[in-house]
Amino acid sequence: MAQALDPHAAIVTAAGGVDDGPLTTADGQPLGRALRRSQRRAKRRAFLLVLPLLAFVVITFVVPIAQMLQRSFYNDGFSANMPEISAWFAENPHGTEPDEAAWAALANDLVASAEARSIGVVGTRINYDVPGTRSQFTSTGRKVRDGIEPPYREALLEIDEDWADPQLWGAMREASTPFTTNFYLASLDRTRADDGSVVMVRESQQVYVMLFQRTLWLSLLITAMTFLLGFPIAHLLATLPMRKSNLLMILVLLPFWTSLLVRTTSWIVLLQQQGVVNDLLVWMGVIGGSERLQMIYNQTGSIIAMTHILLPFMILPLYSVMRTINPSYVRAARSLGATSWTTFRRIYFPQTLPGLGAGALLVFILAVGYYITPALVGGASGQLISNMIAMHMTDTLNWSMAAALAALLLAGVLILYWLYDRIVGIDNLKLG
Amino acid sequence: MKTLLIATTALAGVASAALAEGEVNVVSWGGAYEVSQVEAYNKPFTAETGITVNMIAADNPATPLKAQVEANNITGDVFDVEVSDAIRLCDEGALVEIDPAMLPAAPDGTPAAEDFIDGALLDCAVANIFWGTVIAFDTTKFEGDAPATAADFFDLEKFPGKRGLPKNPKRTLYLALIADGVAADEIYDVLSTEEGVQRAFAKLDTIKGDTVWWEAGAQPVQLLADGEVTMATGYNGRFFDAMVAEGKPFEIIWDGQYMDLDMFVIPKDSPNPEGAMEYLKYATDTQRLADQAKYIAYGPARKSSAALVGMYQDGTTEMAPHMPTNPDYLTTAVMDDPEFWADHDAELSEQFNAWLAS
Repeated sequence: MAQALDPHAAIVTAAGGVDDGPLTTADGQPLGRALRRSQRRAKRRAFLLVLPLLAFVVITFVVPIAQMLQRSFYNDGFSANMPEISAWFAENPHGTEPDEAAWAALANDLVASAEARSIGVVGTRINYDVPGTRSQFTSTGRKVRDGIEPPYREALLEIDEDWADPQLWGAMREASTPFTTNFYLASLDRTRADDGSVVMVRESQQVYVMLFQRTLWLSLLITAMTFLLGFPIAHLLATLPMRKSNLLMILVLLPFWTSLLVRTTSWIVLLQQQGVVNDLLVWMGVIGGSERLQMIYNQTGSIIAMTHILLPFMILPLYSVMRTINPSYVRAARSLGATSWTTFRRIYFPQTLPGLGAGALLVFILAVGYYITPALVGGASGQLISNMIAMHMTDTLNWSMAAALAALLLAGVLILYWLYDRIVGIDNLKLG
Repeated sequence: MKTLLIATTALAGVASAALAEGEVNVVSWGGAYEVSQVEAYNKPFTAETGITVNMIAADNPATPLKAQVEANNITGDVFDVEVSDAIRLCDEGALVEIDPAMLPAAPDGTPAAEDFIDGALLDCAVANIFWGTVIAFDTTKFEGDAPATAADFFDLEKFPGKRGLPKNPKRTLYLALIADGVAADEIYDVLSTEEGVQRAFAKLDTIKGDTVWWEAGAQPVQLLADGEVTMATGYNGRFFDAMVAEGKPFEIIWDGQYMDLDMFVIPKDSPNPEGAMEYLKYATDTQRLADQAKYIAYGPARKSSAALVGMYQDGTTEMAPHMPTNPDYLTTAVMDDPEFWADHDAELSEQFNAWLAS
């Protein structure tokens, strides 16, 4: 210990009068371990404090979303209730003609499933892929509930000759494992042909790709509109004297605090053909009484109402950032000879970018998932993908399809978020 | 996943366990319809049995029912659902089977199995009312001839103005076919062919540019009242309410109405199965179904109730001419085919939305 390199260690050793060995606390514990223990205790206490929040977030947010997403690729409606035919599909490769063993397996499963009253689940699963087959399963199920005699192929074909349909067998093979990509294919207007290859659905049924594009386009448009309308207002709010800006702030916040539904329906009152705006235009003689403008129940209605409703989400982040911009920068630029346009473009605007980024991201993400407003004022041409998700949730009760559409929407938003991070940088985001 | 599912629903489970024995939770559609059920069924039921009835409103009770079944945590005892959903849920094994012999007989002793109108009793469901989707128009908008048929709905030259139609294939395609000359009883034969569907869309194309599409039952009434449309299809009870209770100048065209049933179902593993059965038996007896007609213009599902249907609650309006089950209106009525829609709803909805968007 004569050549101790660490002077402190040397002092401790000297003061304690101890020989070589690890540093210890007063009660003889090695210092490192004692430190780790006390830190561990502090960490545990900190963890216990956040545990309620963590549990809350996991139970109410992470788990439901994970469950929902799981539905988009996992549907055991067929495979769980039709074990024998599922086993036959697993043993025989794609393209094998169904033999008598296959028909027997199918018949046995149908009887068992009809008795267990799960035949509706089975039929519903196949009906997703081959429309019109749900009742084939349930009506066959009713007929075979008391048993069925071999030869099974003839017996089943006698009940319904559609059982020989190769498309149906293709769909059953697809459904014989609980994992499927079919809901994602359907969400992209694609389906599987009899031989398993991916093809487009009939033109009269192609709707989702177009709706995704429309949702994206309308959301971008609404984001741009809120920027154009919100920027000057945010600037006014940030620069006006306190008394005036407070009043203006109330005008921004009052609609923000008003129910979404109230604001949407007030747009109906204003914009409909017999509404306030049209009445005003007719009264002023701008348009004739018979040529009232159609401003609602179409895309225009969706754009107007959504822009208005989402405006505060753009104004507030912009305002909070503009408040912090030092006016002397602008004065300095002007005093050095810059025109007001140059000053705005090179000095003022770049400093508002963090607020603009936050506002644009907020408005865009909210717009992509908007539901009530387009449902009420969107008419036929103002529908967004969220309306289709709601339809599958509440009308057709096809939750797997709703989950697949929602998953694609989520993936789209995440990709855009990633792009934003790459191009602008998420660190530049400022909410206040 | 299963354990997580149980964990997530455990919280709600605590709430349901706290329910008292003497309570029945009924999930229905809300609005004027719920009021009619409270007045006609719930109040006398509670007075007679001491069992409290909690009404829970839903946009479509089949949706919370499916959610509760999926989560394995049933909190409702009786659900009021559409026929296609009743059949679908029954086939999926989610509902209690109901033996018609358990239901009360008519006052003259006719057993329930014969007293209910055809289609009103299913393996797992008992109907309480018939309701119609009908065309109504604003009488102040047409001078001279008033529209009288489904074909007039599509005649924009003779009867100018915008039209209100529901945004779904179920209650629009049939009307287009009726207006195009298809007989009411051939609608589903035509609709099950590709050409038939195209024919319906082609007819709808003729008014597509002048149609306002609605989604909630209150909207067509509002659209007519605002003067936004001159003619709209909607639920007959809502139009009746606007005409009689609010005195709006509307008139209903009883041609090509679409007849639906609302049914009571009991889910398996409900918190109070005995109470649910008691409620269901009580609510679907002859007197109660007739009483309901006092509060809303929907037709009782029992034949024996028809004779007991009297006046509206205002005491001056005869209800019989406003009932969708009135024999005069049934000649051109289209009965809902739940099997057809269980098979084709998703497919036709996609096609309908693609058509709307094009």
